[in-house]
Amino acid sequence: MKIIAIASIGGHWTELLRLKPAFENNDLIFVSTNASYAQTVNGHTFYSVPDANRWNKMQVLKMAVAVYKIIRKEKPDVVISTGAAPGLLGIIAAKSMGAKTIWVDSIANAEKLSLSGRLASHIASRTYTQWPHLATASILYNGNVLA
Amino acid sequence: MIFLTIGTQVPFDRLVKAVDEVAPSLNTKIIAQVSKSAYKARNMQTFDFISPHDFDAFFNSASLIVSHAGMGNIISALEREKPILILPRLAKYGEHRNDHQMATAKVFEKLNYVHVAYDEHELLKKLVSVYTQHLKPLHKIGTTASPELLASIKDFIKSK
Repeated sequence: MKIIAIASIGGHWTELLRLKPAFENNDLIFVSTNASYAQTVNGHTFYSVPDANRWNKMQVLKMAVAVYKIIRKEKPDVVISTGAAPGLLGIIAAKSMGAKTIWVDSIANAEKLSLSGRLASHIASRTYTQWPHLATASILYNGNVLA
Repeated sequence: MIFLTIGTQVPFDRLVKAVDEVAPSLNTKIIAQVSKSAYKARNMQTFDFISPHDFDAFFNSASLIVSHAGMGNIISALEREKPILILPRLAKYGEHRNDHQMATAKVFEKLNYVHVAYDEHELLKKLVSVYTQHLKPLHKIGTTASPELLASIKDFIKSK
């Protein structure tokens, strides 16, 4: 199966890489928001998309177009993200093309799900929180990225 | 060496300024990744962005990490057995969109994984006390997510 693992740089990316053993024996592609992060996933196809946060709408649009093009070209079976904006955009794009989508909300969100996570939880095939007290009928808790 | 890192998105002048002010009394080199902070540091070597490769090198050779309450730095510190002192970013100063870093700081302080300062004044004091007396890492983690989470995701990927 082809999996696209996507997250913005920094903590979201650190959390994503800690999930890597779950992706073994699949065709794995990474997407992030800075080209230099390719060096953290040697041996895998890596795409960089323009960085953005919700403070800059034009940049978000550029990011959305870039993410959409990658998903359309690669046609993944699964898209998984630990956040933030590029992951949400990836999940929206992948869902529209029928892929399985997984959102793992960052462990940073200890009091409530992130806004991206709350939006993703309505779209993604599966949403995880990393805190047991934030689990609901539709948001799963099954451990966290620390072990 | 102390490595100060404030994350990759927006400036965090409060933290950069506080560390710069206390720097002369610490008697060690401080390297800082400052993401376009307006405050110009005088007592530290600063970089706006550091590639992952160089970031790792600085991180690994530091005896103490000082950071915003970002998970990337917290996880890296726990993984590499580095003591870490964090100051949460606050939305009221425009340092983040919301106060989730406060939540992060509180839960990880409660677990006794990290040293936390909740404002600049506390940071000045804690930086000196941690650097001079508490350089032993508080907690260590492995390099991957918990087996339950990995198994759950793996099963879901395989499922029809």
